[in-house]
Amino acid sequence: MKILVCISKAPDTTAKIAFTDGNSKFDENGVQFIVNPYDEWYALVRGLELKEANGGTVTVLNVGRADNDPIIRKALAIGADDAVRIDADTNDALYVAKQIAHYAKEQSFDMVLCGKETIDYNGSQVAGMVAELMDVPYVSLATKLEMSGNVATIERDIEGGVEVVETSTPFVLSAAKGMAEARIPNMRGIMAARTKPLNVVAAVDAQEATAIAGFSLPPAKSGCKYVDAANVEELVHLLHNEAKAI
Amino acid sequence: MSVLVYADSSNGSLTKNAFEAANYGGQFAKAQGTTAVAVVTGSASGLEELGKYGISKVLHASDTALDQFDPKKVTAVVAAAAQQEGATTVVFAHDYSGKAVAPRLAAKLDAGMVTGAVALPNGNVIKKAVFSGKAFAEVEIKTATKIIAVLPNSLDKVETGGSASVEPFSCTLPDSGLTVKEVRKESAELSLTEADIVVSAGRGLKGPENWGMVEELAKELGAATACSRPVADIGWRPHHEHVGQTGIAIRPNLYIAIGISGAIQHLAGVNGSKVIVVINTDAEAPFFKAADYGIVGDAFEVVPKLIEAVKKLKA
Repeated sequence: MKILVCISKAPDTTAKIAFTDGNSKFDENGVQFIVNPYDEWYALVRGLELKEANGGTVTVLNVGRADNDPIIRKALAIGADDAVRIDADTNDALYVAKQIAHYAKEQSFDMVLCGKETIDYNGSQVAGMVAELMDVPYVSLATKLEMSGNVATIERDIEGGVEVVETSTPFVLSAAKGMAEARIPNMRGIMAARTKPLNVVAAVDAQEATAIAGFSLPPAKSGCKYVDAANVEELVHLLHNEAKAI
Repeated sequence: MSVLVYADSSNGSLTKNAFEAANYGGQFAKAQGTTAVAVVTGSASGLEELGKYGISKVLHASDTALDQFDPKKVTAVVAAAAQQEGATTVVFAHDYSGKAVAPRLAAKLDAGMVTGAVALPNGNVIKKAVFSGKAFAEVEIKTATKIIAVLPNSLDKVETGGSASVEPFSCTLPDSGLTVKEVRKESAELSLTEADIVVSAGRGLKGPENWGMVEELAKELGAATACSRPVADIGWRPHHEHVGQTGIAIRPNLYIAIGISGAIQHLAGVNGSKVIVVINTDAEAPFFKAADYGIVGDAFEVVPKLIEAVKKLKA
């Protein structure tokens, strides 16, 4: 089984969110970058588990520039066999999806696993676009994936419940919490990752369909209004009359 | 030029988010001097109610093959409806269904897309939530056709009081290669992402046996229950209740956090809530900085009193 796992670079979950250059760019100063958690914890680890159970290969794919290589090495250290970086900027989901779809079709992968969204842009777009461009089934927000031969049984979150779907390879999936448990790379993995192949390929021609014009921060909360623990009725009164929330 | 809205349905009726998408599409169409049309797939009734939010016409694709939610088939229906109506903007809710269909449609129509929109477009620029609600981005869509997925509970509803006409709609449905084997609905429980009020608790409750008062408070308020990540991880509560950066992101009108310190990852999942109430024994808990109302006190004393006070209010 040939498994492709798409990984993005994202700022660490505790990173301070600030902007520079007239609020046009994310301030990377002092920010540590990681593999986007949904991509690493859920998509990559489930891909590795399937490979360990059924044989095959796990390739990680990143669209980005050379400064992404450290996070790609991290994915290799966790256990991916090889890596590909499509050398391009990532300003637009459709542009990125076209890069991934082109590569995935060319290499005929059995499945393309992505995280459900990146924790910086919160798009939830790329995986679905890749599926449409490849003309294959797409299962979004999947929490469970079992393979039997080339048949996949997948559980996905839906409004107020869970749906169980069946499909066959090739397919695209976006992974959410529940799919797998995060793995920490061990020293052997880290050493091995240094010599695993990381191939850089050129981007295909495509237009960017969107562009970020600027960023802003939400207005600061005006401050917490404290209610005495002995006077809980006052809180209910405030929620009812002032906040009109109950 | 017109605006098309995908209105999702569940168990035969429109979802709350369907009306949110209609509200967005209706307001945008009005600002553009054009009409808003909605498309609904599968068996559903009460569709004329979409008119309340400015939808003039509903295209109802009621082919029984659409009764099971199938993203590829739904994408084909929405694309055909967009073509028939000459729609240049297609609006979805940024929810489970929207996330399954909207990206497919964007790729199919080669259209630029913005998800998590929190405001109406300003020209071609749309404001969206980024960094898990910790910031906003203004994103320009450069293509003629635009796909917008609206973040639930982000735009005030404007009722126009109209009633929409409902027309049957059909198109060729593709084979999707996907079979739905089973649907498990959490019976009776209020959906966390759709709830107006959410009562949430964390490690401060000391053990799963103490959740009775949380559930009782939620029941009195008509609220859904949620929890912090550590509580889900140690198995006190089911994983589907975990709200936060890596769990579910919610945007209720009122979020009541009991015994949750407010780690940055938890805040990322709830900071879109309109009003936040924090109850914690530790006055230094970071959550108070994000709160609108706070009580420094022991949950085991405060929550029972709160239940009584809510009962009194409702009586």
